[in-house]
Amino acid sequence: MDFEFDSEQNDLREAVRGLLERAYGDAEHRRQVTKTDPGFDEKTWARLAEMGVLGLPFAEDDGGMGAGPIEVAIVAEQIGRVLAPEPFVEAVVLAGGLVAAVGTAEQRAELLGPLSEGSSVLAFAHAEPGTRWSASAAGVTATSDGDSWTLTGVKEPVLNGARADVLVVSAVTGDGTALFVVDGDAPGLTRTGYRTHDGGRAANVTFASTPARLLGAEAADQAAAIERGFALARIAYANEAIGAMDTALRTTSEYLTQRKQFGVTLNKFQALTFRAADMYVSLELARSTALWASMVADAGGDVVLAADRARLQTSRAGRHIGKEAIQLHGGIGVTAEYKVGHYTSRLTAIDHVLGDGDFALDRLAATVGDHPTIDPLGEPYAPGAGVDA
Amino acid sequence: MRLQLSPELEAFREEMRTFFTTQVPQDIRDTVAARRHVGKADYVRAQQALNAAGLAVPHWPVEWGGRDWTPLQRHIWREEMQLACVPEPLAFNTSMIGPVLAQFGNQEQKERFLAKTANLDIWWCQGFSEPDAGSDLASLRTTAVRDGDDWIVNGQKTWTTLGQHADWIFCLCRTDPTAEKKQRGISLLLFPMDTPGVTLRPIELLDGGHEVNEVFFEDVRVPAENLVGEENQGWTMAKFLLGNERVGIARVGTTKYYLKLAKELARSTTVGGRTLLDDPRMAGRIAETENELLALELTALRVVANSADGKPHPASSVLKLRGSELQQAATELLVDIAGPLSLASFADGGSQVPDQARVSVPAYLNYRKVSIYGGSNEVQRTIIAGTILGL
Repeated sequence: MDFEFDSEQNDLREAVRGLLERAYGDAEHRRQVTKTDPGFDEKTWARLAEMGVLGLPFAEDDGGMGAGPIEVAIVAEQIGRVLAPEPFVEAVVLAGGLVAAVGTAEQRAELLGPLSEGSSVLAFAHAEPGTRWSASAAGVTATSDGDSWTLTGVKEPVLNGARADVLVVSAVTGDGTALFVVDGDAPGLTRTGYRTHDGGRAANVTFASTPARLLGAEAADQAAAIERGFALARIAYANEAIGAMDTALRTTSEYLTQRKQFGVTLNKFQALTFRAADMYVSLELARSTALWASMVADAGGDVVLAADRARLQTSRAGRHIGKEAIQLHGGIGVTAEYKVGHYTSRLTAIDHVLGDGDFALDRLAATVGDHPTIDPLGEPYAPGAGVDA
Repeated sequence: MRLQLSPELEAFREEMRTFFTTQVPQDIRDTVAARRHVGKADYVRAQQALNAAGLAVPHWPVEWGGRDWTPLQRHIWREEMQLACVPEPLAFNTSMIGPVLAQFGNQEQKERFLAKTANLDIWWCQGFSEPDAGSDLASLRTTAVRDGDDWIVNGQKTWTTLGQHADWIFCLCRTDPTAEKKQRGISLLLFPMDTPGVTLRPIELLDGGHEVNEVFFEDVRVPAENLVGEENQGWTMAKFLLGNERVGIARVGTTKYYLKLAKELARSTTVGGRTLLDDPRMAGRIAETENELLALELTALRVVANSADGKPHPASSVLKLRGSELQQAATELLVDIAGPLSLASFADGGSQVPDQARVSVPAYLNYRKVSIYGGSNEVQRTIIAGTILGL
């Protein structure tokens, strides 16, 4: 058991931190970037590609770097630290991850190569009006005619759905929920983009007999693959949230030592410092869980279960820290000009993309009687415990 | 990064688990599992079983019975012990005065006390808190005045846990009332509880038990050789003692056992045609507490896996705070599972109320202490705000 990054991982962290710090160390710059479409900086995206970050989790044969969940976690945390708006988790971990898991060798090379190079942004079009964080599709249906498929229905909200060059789409088939690939310029595809509260972009994506290619060799129910893709993305988001919470707390602590009221700095008031201490407790407990879930993914353990555990802990912590960061700042915390409120907004977004804390808790509660105790270093989280590395 | 334990550590864990579940008298483990108080004789029996196997004081220097284990091994040892409902070696002996004597005592004191302390042949109690010196320990007023070859001790201690069993006390006394900083005028003295002038008065607690005491000193004569370390160096030792084994204070294994118990009890309680474990609110509460405990355990693992350089990991400060909150949450859960049966705390043989329901409220009330002792949770927040957040 070892909770430390190795030197290559430390190098990756420093490189990504440096790049993103240069890009978004100035919070005002982030504000400007997120004001105009596509809501992120194409140049920064290209630089992340040059650094290999956009191909990080993909096999080298597919045009990727062959790294794993720990490296993904490292990048996600740095994204969160400065609220970099580039859709790393959305395009690479989730949409790209599904292609890597389900696509044929040909499809993987075709889609993941350009994604890794930064020349093609992928988005996963899955959420539908009337569903909540389900791994199955319900409102978009796929119809086949021989080998060709068309999709009909509505997906919303689709993160980065308007900007994406290629959409990975879930749709109902006779075999369950299958995955499809739709080009951004496909006929019968209507995309209406808008801003999300955290500075990102989402879209209503409407399919009207839109031609689509089946992802994978044959039509099959991919709900389990989607669930697993969600899990890996939830874990990445947990790490992104850790980065955001860390900065929110640091910013709040600095503010308490600078802002004066009643003739003294705010850190003279125990009512405030105790609340900051509780934020630290929430952060460290969530950090341990996010890190652990990444290690479970790396070890080949039950990633869906571990992700729910990380989701629950980071959801609670994110709400706690996000709300307190604003309250301890006072009025300035709810202004758009000052950075801390944007962290709360982002944490709120992360909390609702792939399931909030109560969603995770419901699933954990349903199986709480299945195990007398949790052994975080044993089954089902760490298969092959006791075997040499 | 690697999640799995190495084969050596996995074997170590198995060895601990096997020992604790087969070599510690079952009747004593049953008492702990039933959440009943362990009596003195059983406490001694359990610790001597551990000590005979070299498992009572693994964190001491090797010369005095220590095992030179890594922090992770010690964590596993403690976790497995708690999960197996083995009474932990008496903290006053093994985590407090033992390490202090090994670090600050002279050779004669080490030879005189350490082996007997490890084997619980001497039962120590802690003379720290006073009526006006609780969290503000340095304000203590018990005095020791030099008189020839002796110290004369006068004053009062309180919250002296299990002092009624104690053979000896390690006692913080003010030896220099003129010291500029109050922390600088304190010394650590050792003396037998049956020394003339020592009086012990039990304090009855809410749970009906006798766990703590007041101890009064009236012209208690203590030989000068019973001073530990230098005169007026007591505060250094007090800090050393209280900072010792900060990781263990999270008591993850104990809370884990309580949650396991909560599941068993909720499963065996049927209300309105379904078990309490199938009640979504109850299942959710247990699942959330269990997840919080997981987060705490992982934080403890991060700390022990990364404390090789001797500096305390900053996250270690959350262990006491959150560990105590979760112990309390678990005992509260057990009360709520007992429901109306929890009222039967002092039922005797004629009652049909199960034992775990009877003990639930006394245990819950008793565990209010865990967020108070060992540096109250408010003290912990002060430490986090000050030393980690720079506030």
